[in-house]
Parts: sequence; C-alpha cells; structure tokens
Amino acid sequence: MSEKEIKSLEEIFEAKIARDEKIEPKDWMPEKYRQTHIRQISQHAHSEIVGMLPEGNWITRAPSLKRKVALLAKIQDEAGHGLYLYSACETLGISRDELYEQLHSGKAKYSSIFNYPTLTWADMGAVGWLVDGAAIINQVPLCATSYGPYARAMVRVCKEESFHQRQGFQIMMTLAEGTPEQKEMAQDALNRWWFPALMMLGPTDDASVHTAQSMKWKLKRKTNDELRQQFVDQTVPQAEMIGLTIPDPNLKWNPETKHYEFSELDWEEFWQVVKGHGPCNKMRLDARRNAWNNGEWVRNAAMAYAEKQENREVKQAI
Amino acid sequence: MNNNLIQYIYGIADNSLILGQRLGELCGHGPSLETDIALTNISLDLFGQVRSYYQYAAKIQGNDTTEDTIAFLRKEREYKNVLLVEQPNADFAYSITRQFLFDMFHIELLNELQNSKDETLAAIAKKSIKEVSYHVRFSSDWMRRLGDGTEESNQRVQTAVNDLWVFTDELFHQTDADKAMVSEGIGVDVTQLKQSYYHKVSAILEEATIEVPKIEYFQKGGKQGIHSEYMGYILNEMQYMQRTYPNMNW
Ligand SMILES: [Fe+2]
Ligand SMILES: [Fe+2]
Ligand SMILES: [Fe+2]
Repeated sequence: MSEKEIKSLEEIFEAKIARDEKIEPKDWMPEKYRQTHIRQISQHAHSEIVGMLPEGNWITRAPSLKRKVALLAKIQDEAGHGLYLYSACETLGISRDELYEQLHSGKAKYSSIFNYPTLTWADMGAVGWLVDGAAIINQVPLCATSYGPYARAMVRVCKEESFHQRQGFQIMMTLAEGTPEQKEMAQDALNRWWFPALMMLGPTDDASVHTAQSMKWKLKRKTNDELRQQFVDQTVPQAEMIGLTIPDPNLKWNPETKHYEFSELDWEEFWQVVKGHGPCNKMRLDARRNAWNNGEWVRNAAMAYAEKQENREVKQAI
Repeated sequence: MNNNLIQYIYGIADNSLILGQRLGELCGHGPSLETDIALTNISLDLFGQVRSYYQYAAKIQGNDTTEDTIAFLRKEREYKNVLLVEQPNADFAYSITRQFLFDMFHIELLNELQNSKDETLAAIAKKSIKEVSYHVRFSSDWMRRLGDGTEESNQRVQTAVNDLWVFTDELFHQTDADKAMVSEGIGVDVTQLKQSYYHKVSAILEEATIEVPKIEYFQKGGKQGIHSEYMGYILNEMQYMQRTYPNMNW
C-alpha cells in the first residue's frame, strides 16, 4: 500500500470515529489502535479473572448460605466478564493462549487492586461496593467506545457490575447496622480499601501517558482525576448513610466547587504495587500460573478427545 | 415434629452442602475459564438446593432454627452426608470423578423423590432435576474426555475411579430414618436404585475406556455421622464465621 493510500484509510478511519460509528474487526485500523486495544482489553480481561481470586478466598467461609450463593454468583459473573473480554480481544487477531502467556510472564498487567488481601468477611462488602464501584466509573464511558466488540462487551459487563456494587454495599450496610464487632469489621475494611480503590482510577493526569490518544479513540472520555473526583463525590455520602467514616482526615466538602476535597494519594505505594511488589502480587500470579500449568493435561485431553471424535465422524461419513 | 423427616432431609441435603463446599474451593483455580464457570455453577445449584431443603427442615423444627443454624451450627456427627462428597480435590480427575459418581446417583434419587407424598420434597426434587441433568451431562462428558483423551488423562481418571469407587456403595445404604420415610411413601428406597446406577455408570466408564473396578470391600459411615478425617477441616472452614461471631445477621 502506498503512503497515500494509507493516509486516506486513516482519514476514513478517523472520520468514522468522529461520527461515533463503531470500528468492527474487519475494518481497517491503524496498527497502534490495534495494539492499544489489545493491551487495554486484555488487561481488563486479566483483571476479571485475577479478581476472582481475592473473592474466591471467602467462598468456603461465607457466613450464611444466602451470602455464599450471592458470592458464588458474583464470581461466576466475573469469570463470564473475562470470557467476553477475551473474546473481544481475540477479534483483534491474538489468541487467548497468547494473552494468558502475557499474563503469566508478567508482560501484561491487571488491575492492581487485586494485589491487596481480603482479610475479613467485610472485605467482600468493601470490594463489591468500592472496587466494583470504581470499576463502573471507569467502564461506563467504555460502553460508547469506538471499538465495537469492546463497547458491546462493556454494556453487558456494566449491567452486572452495578448489581455487584449494590450487593457489596448491602453487605457493608448489614455489618454497619449489626453488632459493634460487625461495625468495626466494616470500618476496618473501608480503612484498608479506600485509598487502593481511589488509585484504581489511575495515576494523576500529569503522570498518565495514554490519556490524549485514548480520548481521541473514545477509550477515555474523562481524565483519571475527573473520574476519581466523581467516585469520591458519589461514595462519601454512601459511607455517611451507613455511619462509616472515610479514613481521610483531609476530606471536606467544598461548597463552591461542589466537590469533596481529599488527601493526595500515596503514589509511591501505587507504583510499588503496579511494579509487582504489592502484598499479593506474587500469590495472585502464582495462583494463575499454577492453575494453568496444572490444567495443561486436562486441556490436552480435551483436545485429543475432540480430534478423535472428529476422526470418528469423518469415518462414519465415509 | 417429625424427627425422621428431618433426618431424612439432612441425609439428602448434606450431600449437596459438602459437595458444594468442595467445589467452592476450586473457583478461579481450574484448568480453563469454561470449567471454572461450570463448576462454580454446579456449586451454586447445589447450595440453592440446600437452602430449599434446610428452609423446609427449619420450618418443621420451629423455634429458632434457620437454614443457617442447620448448615453451620451442627456438630460433625450430626452431618449425614456420604463419605464420597467429602473427598478432596486431589486433581481435576478426582473432582470430576467425584462429581460424576455423585451426579449419577443424584439424578436417580431426584427422579424418584419427585413422586414423594411429601409435596415440598417433591417440589424441590422437580425443580432440582433440571439442574442436576446438566451436572450429569457436564461430568459424564468430562469422564469421556479424560478417559478417552490422552494416556496421562486416562491414567489419572482411572486412578480417581479406583480410589473413589469404595465410596459408591454407601450411596445405597439406608438409615432407620430412611426406612421409616420409605414406609410412609415420603422417602426414596435407594436400594432399588443400585442396580441401575452401576449399570449406567459402567456404561459411561466403558465409553470412556475406563476399567470398572472390581472390589469386595466398601467404605461407609457418613450416613451415620461417622466421617473421614477431612470432614473436621471442611466444617472448620465452613463454620468459621458463625462460630467466631455467634448470633449475628449477615
Ligand atoms: Fe471489571
Ligand atoms: Fe467484572
Ligand atoms: Fe464485578
């Protein structure tokens, strides 16, 4: 293809996005667009499946049958999200096995929030309320993103995430209205998850490398700091409603800006966890690698069996 | 209060409780996303069924009994599940074989239970059959895949079948409560299911190129509340919250 031809393809492509039309797998797209989307969608898919681990940690210990069932259902949803997102990513010409390989080698990232431990039952509340809550803020704009398969996957995912968020809040509310011990458990969980949840909205705008390009491709509509502000503004009243205290002495309402002000986040901690040195990075990656390695003989068996079946059918047809 | 009926309900529901609990351990650690979803789903179905049974048992018992006091606050000897469902997830072949050996029994049991004179039990059975038919399909498909897959998978699943076979006979034992319920037309006479169970199980094993074990001695005890050494640890984990924080709402 000549440079001129590429240029005109690029123009058609950009114009399509500007008109809010979707880019579909068969459409021409710049290589950078493809790579950026593979990175972001796979990172999102990996987050869904790594995210199953901290919550899976409480299935066998859930305090009631009703909660156990709800927790199982939530984790099953997350696995389903992983599935749609991997499928969306595969439309960009990469296989699921390659994506796993990137996760296991540490080349691909997943959301850092899952590198924190779930230590009490209240963490199941805090994770649903804050982590799924922050995820929704990140993801709702993606329902209108330019890449069709991703946008469609996000519509389904977001619906379920809001359900998870309400379910998590409900766990927190029950604890906050419970005995002093339960309330303390809820407050402790909020204390531990609050700042990590704020960090989920990404580094501050001046430290964020991808924002400008991502805005153009509608992978992003608002900056990280705007999203973070939205999350704080939305969550503080919810905490107040159930009588829990946001663990930030500098939190205060600014009647002029009509926003909450809050402390500067500990970015050193953020980068430590992103770079692989959070409390559970090793544990989570080991769990995924072990699952993959221990499952190899099973996947091989399934493949061998499918081949045999196919041969039998062919023989029968003859 | 019909104590035999309560014991009968435990005898059925405790199997699903403990098996659901075992499956819950696997979530996020399976060989593929698809099997993770399926096994989580089976666990979810089983716990859903458990809730219906225990809610019914709680209603019969009255007082402060709830589905959760039944699930979480009994002593080990009071759980009436068979030994099969307690067996650990040694590897995927064990988990699948345990599932298969139980599902094949479970579906036969529910098929009969839907004709129970007890309307609640009949209704729970009817509702569960749909779910359990899916479990049967899933586990028997995987038995075929593993058995007729590679040499390694065949060996692993053969080992699991050999090891777990000793726990199958107990599925067809009857307690005194079972017998009483059978005579009232409420309970299922499991002794009548045995032949067809082994026949169907053997047919699938044969398809899967797995040898049917020939053994004379079997293990039993769970139905009398005499469990394996695994059981205490399962309960320890499962009861942790209710024991540490008694009398609270969650
Ligand atoms: Fe998500
Ligand atoms: Fe999700
Ligand atoms: Fe979620």
